[in-house]
Amino acid sequence: MIDDLQSLMHGFVVVLTLKNLALMMVGVILGVIIGVLPGLGGANGVAILLPLTFSMAQTPGGQTSAIILLSCIYWGALFGGAITSILFNIPGEPWSVATTFDGYPLAQKGRAGAALTASFTSSFFGALVAVLVISFLAPVVANFALEFGPPEFFAVYLLTFCAFIGMSKESPFKTISSMMLGFALAAVGTDPVTGTLRLTFGFTSLLTGFDFLVAVIGLFGIGEILLTLEEGLAFKGTSAKINLKVVLETWKELPRYWLTSLRSAAVGCFMGIVPGGATPASFMSYGVARRFSKDGDKFGTGVVEGVVAPETAAHAAGTSALLPMITLGVPGSPTAAVLLGGLLIWGLQPGPLLFVEQKDFVWGLIASMYLGNIAGLIVVLTCVPLFAAILRIPFSVIAPIIIVICAIGAYTVHNANFDIYMMVVFGVAGYMFKKLSYPLAPLVLAIVLGDSAEASFRQAMLVSQGDMRVFFSNSLVGTLTGLALLLLFWPLISWLIRRLR
Amino acid sequence: MSEGSGGRAAFRYKTAELAVAGFFIVLGLIVIFDSVRLGARWGSDGPQPGYFPFYVALIICIASGITFIRGLLIPREKNGTFVEREQLTLVLSVLVPSAVYVGLVGWLGIYVPSALFVALFMRWLGKYPWWKVALVSIGNSVVFFLIFEVWFLVPLPKGPLEAFLGID
Repeated sequence: MIDDLQSLMHGFVVVLTLKNLALMMVGVILGVIIGVLPGLGGANGVAILLPLTFSMAQTPGGQTSAIILLSCIYWGALFGGAITSILFNIPGEPWSVATTFDGYPLAQKGRAGAALTASFTSSFFGALVAVLVISFLAPVVANFALEFGPPEFFAVYLLTFCAFIGMSKESPFKTISSMMLGFALAAVGTDPVTGTLRLTFGFTSLLTGFDFLVAVIGLFGIGEILLTLEEGLAFKGTSAKINLKVVLETWKELPRYWLTSLRSAAVGCFMGIVPGGATPASFMSYGVARRFSKDGDKFGTGVVEGVVAPETAAHAAGTSALLPMITLGVPGSPTAAVLLGGLLIWGLQPGPLLFVEQKDFVWGLIASMYLGNIAGLIVVLTCVPLFAAILRIPFSVIAPIIIVICAIGAYTVHNANFDIYMMVVFGVAGYMFKKLSYPLAPLVLAIVLGDSAEASFRQAMLVSQGDMRVFFSNSLVGTLTGLALLLLFWPLISWLIRRLR
Repeated sequence: MSEGSGGRAAFRYKTAELAVAGFFIVLGLIVIFDSVRLGARWGSDGPQPGYFPFYVALIICIASGITFIRGLLIPREKNGTFVEREQLTLVLSVLVPSAVYVGLVGWLGIYVPSALFVALFMRWLGKYPWWKVALVSIGNSVVFFLIFEVWFLVPLPKGPLEAFLGID
């Protein structure tokens, strides 16, 4: 415990250089812009900007600067999503859909400033709780995970993927199809164990397989633009001004909702660590708040509490999704997956050893989470009109520019034109999947983790001579596998329970 | 989504549901085919290369088969509009130029097609005067050139124009 505090203090020393603080501000501002623009979100925004960090990460200490830049883009995007939800009734990010329920009515009542202040402040609170959880839980988890062998790792992967099936609101069959498509795409290229070529059908472009960064840019970027287009070419929204008076008045009101905040933060942290993700966390927390609040029946007409609940949870989940990423190498959300991809490209191996071998990096990252969120809060509170103005740029100008940015991002992943073509294909797929409510997060995570999951499964099988009982061979791996199976069959179990009633 | 909100349907929900589930099944069958070719059984040294993809694809086929059957069972009155004609026109008016744009990148580099692409949208959908179109579209490509090639040293694809200007 004391050791961890010391490490954290050391982390602050690493982060508090002029260069890193400047990168933090740049990251947050870029992130908010990304969060505000349709078609650019946390996951694909970070994916597109990832190549810019390649040369940065080569310098000494550069890996820490690079992760600070990218993670601050993520915090910025988390903040930014709320701006469009409240002012324009367009969720900039999936996790801010629940924010529109009460945020937009508040704005229509002329209380946009209050809604924005409440949302930013509770986002900050949610993130802070999640960072505290990470600071104290991550070293413990990492230490614990040092003992993991292939069966344990496979059980963790299994738990991750089964959690998607168990927690998802969508049809479990669609979740499974989407996830398995990800695994199939991950299998294209070289077999991780024997080196045999698989599923390439003689195409040289397929030798390296599908990169999930390209999938992320296509699915979330192009797909999102196509969806936005259906709603027409113009955005209509209310204007917003935040001044100090509104901020202070709202801050005076907020402590009243302490219980909602704490509950939402807890829901968020839980959903982030178990890979449910920010989006279901925000919906769940909104639902719970409505049920327990005194003003529950007023939810949806524009109450501040209805903004506090989803925003706290979304930010807590988005932040805590990094915990399994840095400790186990298993990301809890698509954006965490992109950050994980970044770590791999910079030559860092995410997982428990990171805490032993890359202390500066890990604790620098954790320290930057505290500072990045403070920076984010200040930036969004002061610059809202500026960011809202971005949405007034006509769609006929901004849409082609966003597509160009996506194309550049897809190209720079491997310097391959083929990836740009794939981006468009993934874009169409993203559009169709979104409309038919196939979840995209499991698809992305399966592409990222496919090879590692397969490798750990096959290694475990090699050790046990093909005996499946290895996944129940000790209490740890048995608990993980058992939980995974429970989650896998949860849709069936809950259906049976409903039937019995 | 926008069920029954005027506008004629280009596709109904059922058609789209069946098409996507069918696409999954075809994809699954292709993967199964290649996995069997590689060997999807248990070799002397553990699972063969096709083992994992084979089961993955099998699960795709089963899960999507169920989605397909459920799609078939959608009753007529619940079979709402998947996409309206006007919506589809808008979507295609972005998708088709994007596909052409992406095709041109391999041939002309990224900067020239990007400028043309932005110009097309501004002129065609935005109806901007030509000088604004030229300013934004060319300016956009120049800014990207500066950011990527000059500041961050990330090379992007270049074509005949860049070769002519000697900045390849």
